[in-house]
Amino acid sequence: MLRALNYRKLVLEYMIWVNRQIHHAGGSRMADTRSARENVSFAVVGTGGKGAITAGAILLEAAGKGGWHGLLTRSVGPQIRGGEAAALVRLATKPAFTMARDFNILVALDWKNADRFISAMPVARGGLVIADPASGSAPRAVQEASCTIAEVPIAALAKEIGGGRENMVAVGLVARLVGLEEEAVMEVIAARLGRKGRAAVDSGRACLEAGMEAAEALVPAFPLAPAPERDSPRWLITGNEAMGLGLLRGGIRFAAAYPITPATDLLEYLAPALSRIGGALLQAEDELASINMALGASFGGRPSVTATSGPGLALMMESLGLAAASETPVVVVDVMRVGPSTGIATKSEQSDLNIAVHGFHGDAPHVVLAPLGVADCLFVGQWAVHLAESLQTPVIVLSDQSIGQARVVIDRPADMQFLTRRKAFRATGEPYLRYALTADGVSPMAIPGQPGGQYTADGLTHAQSGAPSSAAKDQSEQMAKRARKIELFDFGDYWGEIEGPEEAETVILTWGSMAGAAREALGGDTRLIALRLISPLPVGQIQPALKGAKRVLLVEQNASGQLYRHIRAHMDLPGEVRQLNREGPDLIGPQEIAATLRDWSPA
Amino acid sequence: MNKPNLKASDFKSDLTPIWCPGCGDFHVLMSITRALAATGRPPEQVAAISGIGCSSRIPAYTNCYGFHGVHGRALPVAAGLKVARPDLTVLALSGDGDGFSIGGNHFLHACRRNIDMTYIVMDNRVYGMTKGQPSPTTEPDWDSALSPGGTGLSPFHPLVIALASGANFVAREFSGDIKGCTATIAEAIRHPGFSFVEILSPCVTFRPDEREWKGKVHKASVPETDDPARAARRIMTDDGMNTGILYRGKRRPYHTSVSDEAGDIAALETRFEI
Ligand SMILES: Cc1ncc(C[n+]2csc(CCOP(=O)(O)OP(=O)(O)O)c2C)c(N)n1
Ligand code: SF4
Ligand SMILES: [Mg+2]
Repeated sequence: MLRALNYRKLVLEYMIWVNRQIHHAGGSRMADTRSARENVSFAVVGTGGKGAITAGAILLEAAGKGGWHGLLTRSVGPQIRGGEAAALVRLATKPAFTMARDFNILVALDWKNADRFISAMPVARGGLVIADPASGSAPRAVQEASCTIAEVPIAALAKEIGGGRENMVAVGLVARLVGLEEEAVMEVIAARLGRKGRAAVDSGRACLEAGMEAAEALVPAFPLAPAPERDSPRWLITGNEAMGLGLLRGGIRFAAAYPITPATDLLEYLAPALSRIGGALLQAEDELASINMALGASFGGRPSVTATSGPGLALMMESLGLAAASETPVVVVDVMRVGPSTGIATKSEQSDLNIAVHGFHGDAPHVVLAPLGVADCLFVGQWAVHLAESLQTPVIVLSDQSIGQARVVIDRPADMQFLTRRKAFRATGEPYLRYALTADGVSPMAIPGQPGGQYTADGLTHAQSGAPSSAAKDQSEQMAKRARKIELFDFGDYWGEIEGPEEAETVILTWGSMAGAAREALGGDTRLIALRLISPLPVGQIQPALKGAKRVLLVEQNASGQLYRHIRAHMDLPGEVRQLNREGPDLIGPQEIAATLRDWSPA
Repeated sequence: MNKPNLKASDFKSDLTPIWCPGCGDFHVLMSITRALAATGRPPEQVAAISGIGCSSRIPAYTNCYGFHGVHGRALPVAAGLKVARPDLTVLALSGDGDGFSIGGNHFLHACRRNIDMTYIVMDNRVYGMTKGQPSPTTEPDWDSALSPGGTGLSPFHPLVIALASGANFVAREFSGDIKGCTATIAEAIRHPGFSFVEILSPCVTFRPDEREWKGKVHKASVPETDDPARAARRIMTDDGMNTGILYRGKRRPYHTSVSDEAGDIAALETRFEI
């Protein structure tokens, strides 16, 4: 092991050098060395292709295996390749729903383009910045922060190791600083590099060790408090993956796909998963095609989905109206991003509520759902299929970039069982009425291949048989039938989540992904109502949940207060009402919600 | 599961078409039902998918499963259906506006994708349903209220575009030739991959001049070919009134299989476990 020995010697030399190079900025002393923490956050940044995101992912997975919770979000520049990329990671002893506001540790593989994005990852007071001196000096924002800057020759260390990679050195640095075991991290690295062969794994280990040794001079830095005993199996999963799995559990057998950030990874998850379970994914030429492909497959009896983001949803609207009128079940997942128009493709916003609820032409009753976090994507995906199939209606799911692309350690969600079945047609010898007026509004649906069930699904106003009609009676009866099936449906307890005390004077009312930040902001006497069912608005459930409220704070990530207006169209809110809302990409965090409530103290 | 002794009437519904008397689409409907009877697929195993237009009304006039969707999107509905249900015989039906204008992009990609289905476009070189506007196949000097004096635009050449985009079967017919239409549609259904049949189908109301097509159409004087370059050259240089099967290719159709029973979904969880 001559090579290994040589490199160890090198590290020793560097270590001394590292020590000498430490300097203190902003008057702070040595890196914060307080005792173990419930939360530690770090960022790894570097030019795209250097593997900053992989480094973050490895560390999160190792921590997850060790019993900690955590969350990883990516921040990528607009360039497809070669732009800057950052992994933002928060490790915690309890479930983590939101990314940290600032970071205890910032590792810069280089400072290229840092000025452009460094404001998105501020270093916490007393934080530690590790940078390679070869890449020049730190940007001003970092130099002026009250943090410690340590210079570690990351590139040189990696170069000393055959096949060595800078990001693996960064993994070693952070692992040591937060107190992850070498073997736990190595297990993750080996699993990832295993198929590249033994040499790759060995060089991964060498880099990891080099990083850990280089960090030796900086510890103890930000040790994580011991992980609580695991009481259930854990998953490491993104919101988009969880949504995909939920859809498949719900019975999806066909997906149509046109790529769009941040929904593409959901479609890319579904492609191989569908072929594994005997389903199919069809890549479409555009979203006009993808929604119609999904309708065709659903007409053929296969539960179907497509996923997109705002621009694609806008293109699909006409055909979603067709789905409503022809009563063809379909699920459309909108992983929302900053709009309008192309907006900011890689950043989150909750601004498609209006189009999802009100975007149809004509009166077209349908269902709109929103997952309350990464883990909830699994449930909502499954529930959406159940609702679409049971009600023979389009269901739009409003996920967003902040949960779709967040990778999170979660407790394995409980299994859900729905009796999902389309009301089936059975031949009786009587003429078949596809759009028969039934008490619950749902009519038996024949599937091509069934003798005697032939009908034409139609977006034209139709009689009960499906035959085109322009009679006012048919329009009224079919309109009422389609409204009835949604009005009479029992959505059960799934409409939303209530947390906090039974009765509270202060209530946070929010929807979708914002539930995570609101949950972390909850204090002793505040109640949270987070809506999963957006349309039809569950007025009958929201009203009792607001009992006793004197202050209602509506929290949502869009500029115009879309949920607020939607609620106000259907009901009054008790007491004094305030809104905490703004456009993306600057996410509303728990601290901000808590501060808003604090400042709103009862007179 | 094919049934012998099916008759064209087995494929007709009892709805009365809304078409103007003399509209070419009556003949197309007749040819389609005859062709289906000839292929022996029972009506419940056939799906007729259309967009919007006079011609797109056809599905409800058949006794097959039908989907009368939105304007221009017949092909993607048909593609999704066929991929999800490869056991069905799938027909997509459009007009020239539906298929080449608002749905033009889908036409290119349906040819490329080569899913096993038959696409019949009833080309009357006009938007019939909206009462007489020029379509992509309309002559540049055709006068109309919307484009007085004509569009001045070069007409779209569907057969060449289908060939260039990868369609596996290309034919032209005239609606008045019911025998020819029936035979060609039946061949198109039998041929694997994406089959495209353009049927010249007069709009007697807004293009009364098209009544003269009857005397202008003629059978292709040379046999069909499997060489797309040769077929393209012929189609580019003929008078546009040449009927019959013009190209029959050998491309492998798009393949997927969707099974009735879902595989092991629980096994998908393992990759997330830590
Ligand atoms: C989105 C949309 N735009 C416009 C229309 C109006 N429209 C109905 S049919 C049609 C044109 C039909 O022309 P073609 O496809 O040639 O069918 P034809 O009536 O000639 O058989 C148009 C423009 C519509 N229904 N939907
Ligand atoms: S308007 Fe033209 S295309 Fe439409 S039904 Fe009448 S003749 Fe046929
Ligand atoms: Mg036309």
